[in-house]
Amino acid sequence: MILDLAEWRMSIDSSFLPIISLLPFLGALVPGLMIRAGRTACATFTALPTFLALVMLLILAPGVMRGEVYTAEIAWLPQLGLSASFFLDGLGLLFAVMILGVGLLITLYARFYLSKDDPMGQFYTYLLLFQGAMLGIVLSDNILLLLVFWELTSLSSFLLIGYWKHLPEGRQGARMALAVTGAGGLAMIGGMLILGNIVGSYNLTDILAAGDQIKASDWYVPALILILLGAFTKSAQFPFHFWLPHAMAAPTPVSAYLHSATMVKAGVFLMARMWPALAGTEIWFYLVATVGLITMVLGAVIALFKDDLKALLAFSTVSHLGLLTMLLGFGTKAAAIAAVFHIINHLTFKAALFMTAGIVDHEAHTRDIKRLGGLARLMPVTATIGTVAALSMAGIPLFNGFISKEMMLEEASHTYWFQNPWIVPALATLGALFSVAYSLRFIFHVFGGPVRDDYPHHPHDPPFGMYAAPALLAVLVVVIGIAPFLAEPVVKMAANAVTGAETKPYLKIWHGINPALFMSVGAILGGAVLLALHRPLDRAWIAAPRPEAKVIFDGLVATVVRWTRGISEALHNGAISRYLAYFVTATVIVGFAAYQGGALGAPTREMLPVPIPVFFGWLLLIIATATVVILHRQRFLALVVIGVVGLMVSAGFVYLSAPDLALTQISVETVTIMLLLLALHFLPKETPAESTGLRIGSDAVVAVAAGLAVGLLAFAFMMRDFDSISAYHLANSYKGGGGTNVVNVILVDFRGYDTYGEIIVLGIAGLAIFALMEALLSGPAGARLRNSSYDLDRSRDRHPLMMVVVTRLMLPIAIMVGVYIFLRGHNQPGGGFVAGLVVSIALLMQYMASGFAWTTRRQKIKYHTLIGLGVLVAGLTGAGAWLAGRPFLTSAFGYVHLEPIEEFELATAALFDLGVFLCVLGAVMLMLYSLSRMARHAGETVNKEPMGYDPSRAVESLRKKAE
Amino acid sequence: MEILVASSVGTLTAAGVYLILRLRAFPVILGLALLSYAVNLFLFSTGRLAIDAAPILNPYGEASYTDPLPQALVLTAIVISFGMTAVLVMFALGAYLEAGDDSIDVESPDPAEKESGA
Repeated sequence: MILDLAEWRMSIDSSFLPIISLLPFLGALVPGLMIRAGRTACATFTALPTFLALVMLLILAPGVMRGEVYTAEIAWLPQLGLSASFFLDGLGLLFAVMILGVGLLITLYARFYLSKDDPMGQFYTYLLLFQGAMLGIVLSDNILLLLVFWELTSLSSFLLIGYWKHLPEGRQGARMALAVTGAGGLAMIGGMLILGNIVGSYNLTDILAAGDQIKASDWYVPALILILLGAFTKSAQFPFHFWLPHAMAAPTPVSAYLHSATMVKAGVFLMARMWPALAGTEIWFYLVATVGLITMVLGAVIALFKDDLKALLAFSTVSHLGLLTMLLGFGTKAAAIAAVFHIINHLTFKAALFMTAGIVDHEAHTRDIKRLGGLARLMPVTATIGTVAALSMAGIPLFNGFISKEMMLEEASHTYWFQNPWIVPALATLGALFSVAYSLRFIFHVFGGPVRDDYPHHPHDPPFGMYAAPALLAVLVVVIGIAPFLAEPVVKMAANAVTGAETKPYLKIWHGINPALFMSVGAILGGAVLLALHRPLDRAWIAAPRPEAKVIFDGLVATVVRWTRGISEALHNGAISRYLAYFVTATVIVGFAAYQGGALGAPTREMLPVPIPVFFGWLLLIIATATVVILHRQRFLALVVIGVVGLMVSAGFVYLSAPDLALTQISVETVTIMLLLLALHFLPKETPAESTGLRIGSDAVVAVAAGLAVGLLAFAFMMRDFDSISAYHLANSYKGGGGTNVVNVILVDFRGYDTYGEIIVLGIAGLAIFALMEALLSGPAGARLRNSSYDLDRSRDRHPLMMVVVTRLMLPIAIMVGVYIFLRGHNQPGGGFVAGLVVSIALLMQYMASGFAWTTRRQKIKYHTLIGLGVLVAGLTGAGAWLAGRPFLTSAFGYVHLEPIEEFELATAALFDLGVFLCVLGAVMLMLYSLSRMARHAGETVNKEPMGYDPSRAVESLRKKAE
Repeated sequence: MEILVASSVGTLTAAGVYLILRLRAFPVILGLALLSYAVNLFLFSTGRLAIDAAPILNPYGEASYTDPLPQALVLTAIVISFGMTAVLVMFALGAYLEAGDDSIDVESPDPAEKESGA
């Protein structure tokens, strides 16, 4: 056989994709442990998965550069259109390399930035979680999967931003970021679902190929708006820009990572990714370009007047994100190329700047520009890095920011906005002008000027490890700035992927004398002038009234909280009976509305005749029910009468061909009544009359309405034929399950999974009761119990002799009956449930007759163990099917013929039923046992031993006397 | 026959609802017990009624069988509703012993008092 090597290679390569996206999540488990080995080891082990993922990506890079697209798909929930599918094209590769590359640099930088008191293991774990989420976004081929990762970035960035938990700003900033980006994410879910519905597939590749179909759809505009809401909130576009500066309360490595390469770029990435599907329409242009333009100018203006270094950089980030958004909004190929190029450039200089700001803060112990200055002499290396990066941000020639800014201005210079030719170029120039001003301020007000002597801490250059990362980025800034053609293949690769067409980026420093050049020159000169005028302008800015986004946001949140609190407190006022009344009324009304809306066909069945005895049974049931209601204040009486109701229901089951139900009902009935009797011992014996006549009346109306509704519904059901899956069970019970009792076969075979869940629930209920009782008896209730006296209703004879004798005689017989019921269950009425109940009744009788202490002494296996054993046996039986290569809980059976016994059946289902039996027995016993422990707690006064006269003890005492 | 079953379901529901609207824990438990009878009967009745047609297969010939599926569902429902009743009884007991009162409505709707754990 000849292996197609190329194809084989391709499939190997594609299988890297899920591994790459998983690596950070797996790696996230490690730092928390490795921190014990020291900080450097911890950082190394964080870098490891990032590095591995990066290597795998670089292996795939040549193929992607050639134009190949790698895909990998793992079916997850195909019914929902959700699959874990990944794909890697130019855009995804660019972003993935940025995320991982900067991730490595940040890991290194954070190692030196974080102080000894910071829990570093936590930090790296959060960082890797975030990195994995980001990586997932850029590699997902399924938009539902993308949404999952999108929400994960919101959550993990919340952890990162709020990393310094002791700082209120950190917590508030994290909360604000989560609220804004989370809300946007919710909107985006809606948009993506609409998109999926239009195309008929949730696969990104299908959606990107169906751009025309999407744009022609009526749902295009809502989908676009919802998706843009997600992108705008994430990328901090006006009017959602306010969260980003507040997220600056995070440690600087976080800011550098989130706000240069990752989090905020996710929105830009999404717009770029969806470009072929959504861009190119009027509404796209006016929404995206306009918002981008406003954000760019606004961010740049505010940045100039921020004194906090990181706040300055934060608003500069907002401004640059606006620039990117605007470029994508233009919807032209050239603009897309400029956007991709600027994404790379912004990453290099902005990450370097954030790290520089972090170094300054770390060394001088302040980030306030007004308290800094003259740092160039004290920390020359840092100053050089910061200056290079800031000049690039300003868009000065020979730095990479210049080239992409020129391309942006060029695009803006021939963009019309509502037929207006000058407004976009003018505003773009204004944005660039302010950008120059704040960049120069960053350089001159921090590094320039004379050395001061009032720094909070005397600064000097940090160790190499701390400036290595920004220095590397600064080198990139210069290299791309001088030799932009080096970046051409990367830009081409990503731009091809964005536009879905062949692009020819042509990156060079000198574009000739064109409008962009004049705009650029104007911006640089104007920026310099602005900086010279900064002092008076700053005073004016401080004096001017400005809306404070945080106050507005907090006010908004407070209002919403007030509203919801008002509603929930009005509805949720502690009166359970009121909630129940609302619930019942609402259900009846909804049911009635459904009845009004649906068409009910004519009855198709005849009514069955009513024999006289059955009629009397019914009468008894009705009378007993009414008696319970009338006598419910006398609790003992009501309890006795409710037993009659249960008996009549069981009798009904017998008559109506449901022997299994009758057996179960009657045994459950017994146990329930015992339970209630036990409980009633500690409760008041009478209910006080508290309800007013009005209340009784209104409750009666609600109750009768509900009763009528349910009764009529049941009647309508019974009078009509309809198809269900029941016939299948009847037909396959014997052939497939090997049993003739179809109900039992359904329980242990067809729907074994349900039954398995149900016995677990029952077991949990038993354990919960035990735990509750444990807590109760050790608390104040236990003391109250010990001190109360129950003499009045206590029989003089605790252990009536007759009862003791009879129950002991009955025990083996009852257990035999239980075993019999269990064994015949598969073919005749019976089974694990009923058998468990019967045996527990037999045991309970011992408790009642001979007392708690006597019975407990003879108990060999704890009830907790029984529950556990039951679940275990059932589970193992189910798992046994795996050994035979079948799905969980597939049963097997066979017939065995042993002389001289008749042929009999062996089925794994019987083993499963044994698990059910054990679990039911354990749970029921544990419940009643817990309640009886309470009785024991309440103290014993009369004859303590069953059989007050024990002949063996008499002999014993005689012998003692004789000695 | 159908009328009898339907009216039983209706009566049990009405009685159950009336009792769960009472103010003390014990009648509410009784009400829930009646409601579980009603619900179980109702579920059972969705398989329609049949007499002498238990879903036990007859290996010796043709016979008609009633719908087994609702029966299987109701069987587990009966057992589970016992578990639920037991847990509720425990709550009621605990509340009564802790508070000295088995009233189910919290008297004071004042949120400040609730938050302080009263």
